Amino acid sequence: MILLIFTFVLAIFLGFELISKVPSQLHTPLMSGSNAISGITVVGALIAAGEGHGTMTAILGTVAVAAAMINVVGGYLVTDRMLKMFKGKQTPKAKA
Amino acid sequence: MKPENAWIDFAYVIASVLFILGLKMMTAQKSAQRGNLLSAVGMLIAIVATLAQKGLSYEWILVGLAVGSLIGAWMAYTVKMTGMPEMVGMLNGFGGLASLLVGWAEFLARPGGDLLTLVSTYLAVLIGGVTFSGSLVAWAKLSERVSSKAFLFRGQQVFNGVLVTVIVGCGVVFCVNPELAYPMLMLAIGLSLLLGIMAVIPIGGADMPVVISLLNSYSGMAGCAAGFVILNSVLIVTGGLVGASGIILTAIMCKAMNRSLANVLFSGFGAAPTAGGTAVKGEAKPLSPQEAYLVLEAARNVMFVPGYGLAVAQAQHAVRELANLLEANGAEVSYAIHAVAGRMPGHMNVLLAEADVPFEQLIEMDTANARMAMVDVAIVIGANDVVNPAAREDTTSPLYGMPIINVDQARTVFVLKRSMASGFSGVDNPLFFFDNARMIFGDAKATIQAISAEFKAV
Repeated sequence: MILLIFTFVLAIFLGFELISKVPSQLHTPLMSGSNAISGITVVGALIAAGEGHGTMTAILGTVAVAAAMINVVGGYLVTDRMLKMFKGKQTPKAKA
Repeated sequence: MKPENAWIDFAYVIASVLFILGLKMMTAQKSAQRGNLLSAVGMLIAIVATLAQKGLSYEWILVGLAVGSLIGAWMAYTVKMTGMPEMVGMLNGFGGLASLLVGWAEFLARPGGDLLTLVSTYLAVLIGGVTFSGSLVAWAKLSERVSSKAFLFRGQQVFNGVLVTVIVGCGVVFCVNPELAYPMLMLAIGLSLLLGIMAVIPIGGADMPVVISLLNSYSGMAGCAAGFVILNSVLIVTGGLVGASGIILTAIMCKAMNRSLANVLFSGFGAAPTAGGTAVKGEAKPLSPQEAYLVLEAARNVMFVPGYGLAVAQAQHAVRELANLLEANGAEVSYAIHAVAGRMPGHMNVLLAEADVPFEQLIEMDTANARMAMVDVAIVIGANDVVNPAAREDTTSPLYGMPIINVDQARTVFVLKRSMASGFSGVDNPLFFFDNARMIFGDAKATIQAISAEFKAV
């Protein structure tokens, strides 16, 4: 248990280290991308939906899976769409 | 640890590593797209590993996976780049909802547990609920489904104080009294949803970038709490990462506006029409697109300063076209982007990238200000508060102290605007009456196209 708290504290420090030097141009994709990552709650949702602890738990779990997957799929795809635009105009220039 | 679960845990470790590497790569423009892909692969690994766990029945799971993926994909492909803040707000909300439901479902499956589990369950439900309803309000404000103005009423602070106290009280009862635990949890869901709404309604539209970053952080924190409920390290690690990154973005936004987080969250900025600030007198000097062309034709250095009005007018492509003509005419073109331009951090960059503006021409405020003395014409499009000199000079102005782009120090300033109305903050802008400022009234897109037409006519 204490190990999990330890992990948590380290993760927060790591998060601060990773993000503190991001150019402002990338803030929006960074946000939608990290948003997609926070959809990792889907792991908990999958267990709740599939473990068979009764109908109510299964329904709650299923709705949670759906909500988390919207977060995951929507987040990753829209981030990719944005980053493609950032890249888009540099490649043709390089080719020309 | 059961032996058959060892490799599942190992898969979670790999997923965590991929998330960290992915985030790291997303901090540089060149590697960002690959970083996003890497983190998506991490997510796939985590999901597949979880599904491989023994004793799961799949019928419900598949329904949830299919429905969620379809909705998510549909949202991602149909959203307009101008609607990105709403989209991210909405996604935050779904993340919060998922954490709330996981906390609830876990409590039904395994009621009771030790103190840490109970506290985590309560926090997952609480933060999840606040994130969900708060994001819905933010979404409604951003998409103008409700007024984006700050909403204040008498006794608001007291009401919120009582609300928080009751929520904490419920939490204590939830942890110590197993018989009352379930009703307390239900009560907490309702109260947390109410708290989310109460927390976001007093925040004005101009402060939305801060709120969106903060809610992003909350959605990570909620996931983290859910991780403590089911004792899952990958949730805890990623929740912590996202929570921390959201907080950093929030701090950057606050700094860009020279306000404290508390001030943004509680002051109801922009609710009342200009409490402070010197009333601005004088006569604005209007200019026609034809006259503007004559000035631009001679300009060697042109700087665009876009604000959200540019997005509203859908003028980014028209601006890009004018920029091409200016460059063909031998002028140097740049775009100065204030950190809070647009409705979310970095939003304006996305909009301009969509219009194929080269990445190198997008410059940040400090660079822009350093170059300002050499700028012949600064063209302000749909921006107002971020170029308001009162923020620099008028100590009584509500904007005072906010770092701005000093367009008034350029040789000439064109302000493209629909009318003389004040900006999102409701504060008057003395820039419009400066000697070197010229107003070009009308729809920004039409104005820009009219100037471009003059260039082409030659």
